[in-house]
Amino acid sequence: MRLLKTIPLIIIFVFALNSSTNAQCKAFARKECLPELESFTHDGNYHAAVLIEGEEAELYKTFYSDMEYRVAIVGESRLPAIEFRIVDINKNVLYSNKDDDFTSTWDFKLESSQQLKLIIKVSSFNQPGDTPASGCVAIMFGFKMNK
Amino acid sequence: MNKRYRINSGILFVFILVLGFLTACKGGKKAPDEDELKPEVPQDNTEILQDIKKAEKIFNALPSPLESAMLIKSAGARFDEALLNPVTNSNKYVTSKSMAINLGVYTCDLSFASLYEQTQLLIDYMEAAKNMADGLGILDAIGQEDIDRLEENINNSEVIMDIVSQTFMNSNSYLEDNDQPATAAIVLVGGWVEGLYISTQLVDMEEFNTNKLVGRIIDQKLSIDILLNLLESSKGNPAVDEIMVEVTKLKAVFDKIKIDTSPVRPEFDPASNTTVLKSEVKTDMTPEVFIELSDVVAEIRNSFVN
Repeated sequence: MRLLKTIPLIIIFVFALNSSTNAQCKAFARKECLPELESFTHDGNYHAAVLIEGEEAELYKTFYSDMEYRVAIVGESRLPAIEFRIVDINKNVLYSNKDDDFTSTWDFKLESSQQLKLIIKVSSFNQPGDTPASGCVAIMFGFKMNK
Repeated sequence: MNKRYRINSGILFVFILVLGFLTACKGGKKAPDEDELKPEVPQDNTEILQDIKKAEKIFNALPSPLESAMLIKSAGARFDEALLNPVTNSNKYVTSKSMAINLGVYTCDLSFASLYEQTQLLIDYMEAAKNMADGLGILDAIGQEDIDRLEENINNSEVIMDIVSQTFMNSNSYLEDNDQPATAAIVLVGGWVEGLYISTQLVDMEEFNTNKLVGRIIDQKLSIDILLNLLESSKGNPAVDEIMVEVTKLKAVFDKIKIDTSPVRPEFDPASNTTVLKSEVKTDMTPEVFIELSDVVAEIRNSFVN
């Protein structure tokens, strides 16, 4: 009987924890990632996920000629550096922030519209035995018209 | 007996905590099963789809309604109020599917009106988008304070775009965070189709070969697989399945358009501190294919708003 009483409480607790994690991720994206777009207009899309050390995410998006873009990718401070690469449809690496001291933003424009892939990887603290760090990673795009 | 209960409770607690942790780690879409990824794909995208199968978290990013409207404006298109979905239609939408689609549609119309400084329309469309968001139970997506701020800054295009972008983010982040990715995807599809509809309707066939908007419409072929992948991740949802049937018709027409792109060469421009991705592109869309595309888009869009 006690077990039956405990289950709903645990479920409520877990869902509250889950929704609190999501809300924190949204607040983090708004507070830490959005300002990185500076003078670029945020497109309004929201991409964020909780990632752990070593985990990888991918994002597919079409970018258009005549527009200037800024991509901002920011991870919570408890995470190690966030590495991102941008590759074209033929898997050629067009940019890697590893060559740029893991900067969180990249500005670019295109001569012709392209579908590109962003590969985002949380690097590792390389400390075996420790609990892997996890935290929110937010990805945002800003644009402006080419002058 | 009591001890066994305590052990069982402990195991159950740990199990549910792990389950909770795993469900908290969503945000991106899990890679779909192999069988879900079999639909017709052009040859050049096969490798990308193979990558999708391997990845742990996938985001399929469609142009937002604001970006779609910006693309239309950057092509030098004129504003035509008659092409927008009248705000009076907003009372007709009572199902979750129609409200989600028209949240996207009205956000695109709102963005279009804002970029062309149509001040009164802007407020009307913000109200219509608010009705859709409220109907979907999206808490605080568009508050009265947003509408007041819009009215106070009606001549400040930067602030207006910021408000449009923020309210759209409020909606889609709420839906993602509350386990409604299907609804979030439908909102994006509504906005994307509306942008495509407005673009196709604004093309004057007498200027077909010189109209910059035609190039923008061809560019949307690059997003059709992203759109299908986005919907695939919510396959099984009846509303999503219905929309996939419509989008598949659209893809069949886009497949008739050829896009050949040369390899991309990044070149850094120190003056602007920006990288230019250089490439040449050759496209081929006949007026007949354009008319077919335009008809299919209009049919889908009309089914969305009526």
